[in-house]
Amino acid sequence: MILDVDIRHRQGAFALEARFRSEGRLTALFGPSGSGKTTLVNAIGGLIRPDHGRISVKGRVLVDTKRGIGVPKYRRRIGYIFQEGRLFPHLNVRQNLLFGRWFTPRAERAANFDAVVELLGIEHLLARRPSALSGGEKQRVAIGRALLADPHLLLMDEPLASLDEARKAEIYPYIERLRDEGGVPIVLVSHSVAEIARLATSIVVLADGRVIASGPAAEILRHTSFFPQAGPAETGALIETRVSGHEGAFGLTMLATRAGTLTVPNLDLPVGTPVRVRLRARDIILSLTPPEGMSALNILPGTISSFGEPDGPSIDVEVDCGGDSLIARITRKSAERLSLRPGLPVHAIIKSIAFDREVLGGAGGERDL
Amino acid sequence: MTDWLSPEEWAAVRLSLKVALTAMAASLVPGILVAFLLERGRFWGRQALDVLVHLPLVLPPVVVGYVLLLGFGRRGPIGSVLAEQFGIVFAFRWTGAALACAIMGFPLLVRAVRLSIETVDRKLEDAAGTLGANPAWVFLVVTLPLIMPGIIAGMVLSFAKAMGEFGATITFVSNIPGETQTLPTAIYTLTQVPGGEAGALRLTLASIVISVGALLASEWLARRARRRFFA
Repeated sequence: MILDVDIRHRQGAFALEARFRSEGRLTALFGPSGSGKTTLVNAIGGLIRPDHGRISVKGRVLVDTKRGIGVPKYRRRIGYIFQEGRLFPHLNVRQNLLFGRWFTPRAERAANFDAVVELLGIEHLLARRPSALSGGEKQRVAIGRALLADPHLLLMDEPLASLDEARKAEIYPYIERLRDEGGVPIVLVSHSVAEIARLATSIVVLADGRVIASGPAAEILRHTSFFPQAGPAETGALIETRVSGHEGAFGLTMLATRAGTLTVPNLDLPVGTPVRVRLRARDIILSLTPPEGMSALNILPGTISSFGEPDGPSIDVEVDCGGDSLIARITRKSAERLSLRPGLPVHAIIKSIAFDREVLGGAGGERDL
Repeated sequence: MTDWLSPEEWAAVRLSLKVALTAMAASLVPGILVAFLLERGRFWGRQALDVLVHLPLVLPPVVVGYVLLLGFGRRGPIGSVLAEQFGIVFAFRWTGAALACAIMGFPLLVRAVRLSIETVDRKLEDAAGTLGANPAWVFLVVTLPLIMPGIIAGMVLSFAKAMGEFGATITFVSNIPGETQTLPTAIYTLTQVPGGEAGALRLTLASIVISVGALLASEWLARRARRRFFA
């Protein structure tokens, strides 16, 4: 178990009561402002001491109030990337990066300075002062500084909240690389559905200081009711696919899913590469018969497994496509007209696919088909 | 250059510099420590310590000097112990002048350092902690560099106070040429004797030169400290 948390903490009128476990490479703590996300990561990082409970990271007990254990933050070996970077203003970038290394036991210094600098693309900044960096550069240096202390876990408290979309797009790929190659498990605090859909492998949903759901990202993201503030546009299903082939003449790439093949504009990736796609509920149309004479390329057969709560004129329909679960947001009127019910075979017509990673060299991870 | 001032006058200038630098250096570490205790500490008696540190600022200097004489004099409770056990004598020695100046300048030093500690972003200290620095290291490599401008300001204030200290010094260690006669007491003495005006004027000029020099040096140091942050 990477992360095992069971704590209670009171801060003024706010009460946090959180219990969850996570095995994920990137665990997202999701919830609206004031739901207790930051208090929770502060407890994990040792910035606050919870009133009751226990926290363990990779089997190492950091807090256990019953046994009187409370490892101080400087002995936890947990990297913390703050919202505002918090670089030391009196040190240059290189000195900031090497700060934690100083305090890391010699035998545990595994992170390679040059590799981290290269991974984050900050070679040209090494001699500068933090005051001469942009917001995105500051956050990249902050990530590097935390990594070079060889942490057992990385905490990221909305590291991109203060950045605009362009800057965020600049940092996402680095976090993805860390998640996929870094070997350090990450806990990411976020209140953006798009962000966690893109980055998370596990999700813990918080509301009013309580954990209301936790589990693998694909599973949690299907439950639209956890993300009320995100709006209907954001709900959708997350599907793991694999590049199965290319059709060079048409500039297309085939992705294999459990229910069938998805065709997308050419991805410059070798066959076999895993690609995560997000199918938004509003981008899926349901049909009772196999559609013909349509331009849409992506049609997956499946059976209706359940219905969500009606929301105004719309309703979410969950469709099981060979084990992968899709969500379609349709009107209640169509649901009635087609007399949709659980167990009914249907065809899901997919209008648009959002990609998890920026496979086409940057801008915009979304393709309309 | 040297005949600009008479040998006695040079002695006063040298002694003043020695006393002021010693007072400043000796009060530096305790000053930073006390500033931290007062700004960050949560302990019983903090208020009392605050009042004690600030007393020299509000008491007449002569009173401070007299209290020092009672306490650190040859027969005083502290002075007698120090003299017998360690052979340290303050009364009517230049060390006594340094002690008096250090105590008079102490509240100024503490206030300046305290103000700069108040402006330190505690979040940076937290960040250093998560990177593995224990509280002592956090203080040395994060807090101390960040409050350096305040420390420099405090040192200058302490030095300037020592250069000008009169009441406590003359009460505690008197006005012995070559031993305890500092610039202000020398000027005072010269104004009391017929024909001393020229000497008083020369020492006044020396005093101005030293003060302006100290001010310029501190400006330069503070600018350097600031430039390290914003270069």
